[in-house]
Amino acid sequence: MSSREKILASVKLNQPQTIDLPDISFLKGDSTNAIEKFITVLTTIGGKVVRIKNLDEIKSLLPQQFNLESRIVTTIPELSSIAELNTGEYIDPHTLEDIELTIIRAHFAVAENGAVWITEDLMGQRVLPFICQHLAVIVEAAALVPTMHEAYQKIGEGRYGFGSFIAGPSKTADIEQSLVLGAHGPRSMTIFLLDGNLSKYI
Amino acid sequence: MTVGLFIPCYVDQFYPEAAKATLQLLEKLGVNVIYPQNQTCCGQPMANSGFEHLTSGCNELFIKNFAEFDYIVAPSGSCVLHIKDHIHDDKQPLKAESVSNKIYELTSFLTDILQVKSLPARFPHKVGVHQSCHGQRGLHLSQMSELVAPHFSKPGSLLNMVEGIEIIPLNRIDECCGFGGTFCVAEEAVSVKMGKDRVADHLQHGAEYITGVDMSCLMHMEGILNRQGSKVKVLHIAQILNGI
Amino acid sequence: MNNEQKDHAALADIFNKDEARVDWHDETLWWIRAKRDKSVHQIPEWEALRETASQIKNNVLSNLHTYLQQFETNAQANGITVHWASDAKEHNEIVHSLLKMHDVTRMVKSKSMLTEELHLNEYLADHGVDVIDSDLGERIVQLAKEPPSHIVLPCIHKKKEEIGALFHQYMGIAEGISDPQFLTETARQHLRETFLTRKAALTGVNFAVAETGEFVVCTNEGNADMGAHLADVHIASMGIEKIIPKREHLGVFLRLLTRSATGQPITTYSSHFSKPRNGEKMHIIIVDNGRTVQLGREEFRNSLKCIRCGACMNTCPVYRRSGGHSYHNAISGPIGAILAPNLDMEKYADLPFASTLCGSCSNVCPVKIDIHDQLYKWRQVIVQKGYAPTAKKLSMQAMAKTLASPTAYHLAGKAGRWVMKIAPFALNNKLNPWYKNRDMPKPPDESFGEWYKKNR
Repeated sequence: MSSREKILASVKLNQPQTIDLPDISFLKGDSTNAIEKFITVLTTIGGKVVRIKNLDEIKSLLPQQFNLESRIVTTIPELSSIAELNTGEYIDPHTLEDIELTIIRAHFAVAENGAVWITEDLMGQRVLPFICQHLAVIVEAAALVPTMHEAYQKIGEGRYGFGSFIAGPSKTADIEQSLVLGAHGPRSMTIFLLDGNLSKYI
Repeated sequence: MTVGLFIPCYVDQFYPEAAKATLQLLEKLGVNVIYPQNQTCCGQPMANSGFEHLTSGCNELFIKNFAEFDYIVAPSGSCVLHIKDHIHDDKQPLKAESVSNKIYELTSFLTDILQVKSLPARFPHKVGVHQSCHGQRGLHLSQMSELVAPHFSKPGSLLNMVEGIEIIPLNRIDECCGFGGTFCVAEEAVSVKMGKDRVADHLQHGAEYITGVDMSCLMHMEGILNRQGSKVKVLHIAQILNGI
Repeated sequence: MNNEQKDHAALADIFNKDEARVDWHDETLWWIRAKRDKSVHQIPEWEALRETASQIKNNVLSNLHTYLQQFETNAQANGITVHWASDAKEHNEIVHSLLKMHDVTRMVKSKSMLTEELHLNEYLADHGVDVIDSDLGERIVQLAKEPPSHIVLPCIHKKKEEIGALFHQYMGIAEGISDPQFLTETARQHLRETFLTRKAALTGVNFAVAETGEFVVCTNEGNADMGAHLADVHIASMGIEKIIPKREHLGVFLRLLTRSATGQPITTYSSHFSKPRNGEKMHIIIVDNGRTVQLGREEFRNSLKCIRCGACMNTCPVYRRSGGHSYHNAISGPIGAILAPNLDMEKYADLPFASTLCGSCSNVCPVKIDIHDQLYKWRQVIVQKGYAPTAKKLSMQAMAKTLASPTAYHLAGKAGRWVMKIAPFALNNKLNPWYKNRDMPKPPDESFGEWYKKNR
């Protein structure tokens, strides 16, 4: 008997009688003040929120925070004047090692925990939001859900090879519980919260 | 209403004043109390050590002593929890079940059954309240800090009826004192450290007395206080509610 | 570390020799418990969320046979290779064979308590494979040649000065540096080189979704993602109990996990792996290692609901004052104490007794495992199976006999307060541990029973 069969047989023998799944539809968030909640939570966990009305604002804000001489990569064609465009064609992920800033967009954001949901198709390369020194993510203010329950409703049965909720910069508190931002991933995370429609830019 | 008074073995032997206060308090409140003289122990010391299978003698005796009363009341959360959760007797399962259903820890008997609204007691001192775990987390005598649920406290509501008493705040409102039955000797180092830390929290907030529903926790903390040469005393809650 | 022959009490005794350090350890973990409290009190439906998670896990355990196969089918359809391992040996051999197949001798690993349980690092080291743990805390204990002392905070027992000394020794920083910012930056630079040069990455699995065949890995550091997205081969090891039925259930568990663990609203990264990326190979190893035996133990199967948040450790007054290593098992604290006896009842017979049964663990558990009740039940099983010391057995028998007989009880009382004679904590004797740091009350002139006879 293979281990697979052995384990499955043992599971079948030992598992108790079927217990029904609970109804989870009662778990719902409250969307009142979602934007304020999102900003407060993300700021608390070390992220930054900048409200913008169009992508041109990013172009004028960036030079204040980043050296435009360093490597900046984006997946958004509208920003290709200030950053190298990565459209998802296969490249060796190791060549992304020296990125200072990655600018990508997210499907939506979650007010209760400051997270944004980004799937592979928006990342260009899977490693792109992780390997950069700094991460900037554009998300529509209208695409804000109160809790993770609405988040998964929104994802629904969507197919993706890889997707991640990202909430703030990479961090660790492994040394005596002292919080340090920038463990292995980005040292900072900026969310550009767009009042308006993102689809016209892509 | 006739109440069978159950006095835990170590209270009978070491803290008779706590037992007298319990009896007098109940009598004062108009309850007919009988203390069955052939009682010994609930059996918890064996059971918590993994020897529940040796407790059938204790169970039988307990049922024999207490099955006929309307209620059983004891000045201990821990012993009551043990009876509630673990008393069983294959020969008389219904009696065992009835004992389990009608046993009450003293303060919950006062708040839930007698619904006491006032007490003629005065205790003008600073008092720290120790939440004994079995009473609190086992019998739900008061809300637990881990849960997202409304605050309440049965012992606290009774202490608030005592004139002049000042309940001190604590940094950790419901951390275990480390007594734990045989844990107190089997894990001596941790038990003592837990006790020292609990006592220090009360001392830091200016307690003159430490009280609670379980004399076992208080005995452990008293042992530490006395060894440290502290003047702070422990008192069972019955003694304060009875006006000592 | 030569902890094998000492039990929890003996190891805790050693830990308590340095009281200032115990205070520091206790306060650090209590602070995390306080952060947890603050965070969960912002969720009014918290208790309903726990109850829902508990019920979902009950359903999982009762349908595990179906869910495991459903997960396998969907994962395979997604292009993931699925392996099954009955025990540690088989798991470790599978990992090794995959590495050999891809001609890899150096691997980067993110946090996986399962591989700690299975002693993967030691196995691979013996077979010439260099493994680097990439979670900062795990890297630190790896350098110190110690096991993690906590499932979420592996080096919570280490002081920053000791970490500085390790980094001085192994990463060449100047002596005497203890600034966490500087130390973390040093590790970042070192491990970045590791991420860029390893062709194989192993991660744990927090949740595996039967409905979709995807699995979720949660980290704050981003180390699982850095490892997996840069490597050619991604191996994910999971226990059979990591399955959840549907994707929507992630909403329930991700809300609970990190709030319970550290008080954060969510981990920085909750990464959902469903297909290998272009040119990459992705493997999942589904491990039993005693879990199906635990599933068959009616009183203890709930322990398999654990989502490894560590909240029971942070709240445990014993854990905080004895340290994770005193549990001499990969998983320490209250949850470790109910999982370990399933693996080796004799070796871990002491662990269920390393508790006062205060019950705080069960109250913080996000999936409502009745941890303290299981500790009580394990005590009964361990004694019944004959793993209790003889002296204890004899004293318990004597006590049971006295307490079952009013005559014997009263005689013993008259002879000078019986508890002094038979209660294990009361023996008035210099060898009795009670008296090391505590006094006993002075025996009164008469017991309550004696007083009652005269006065009522």
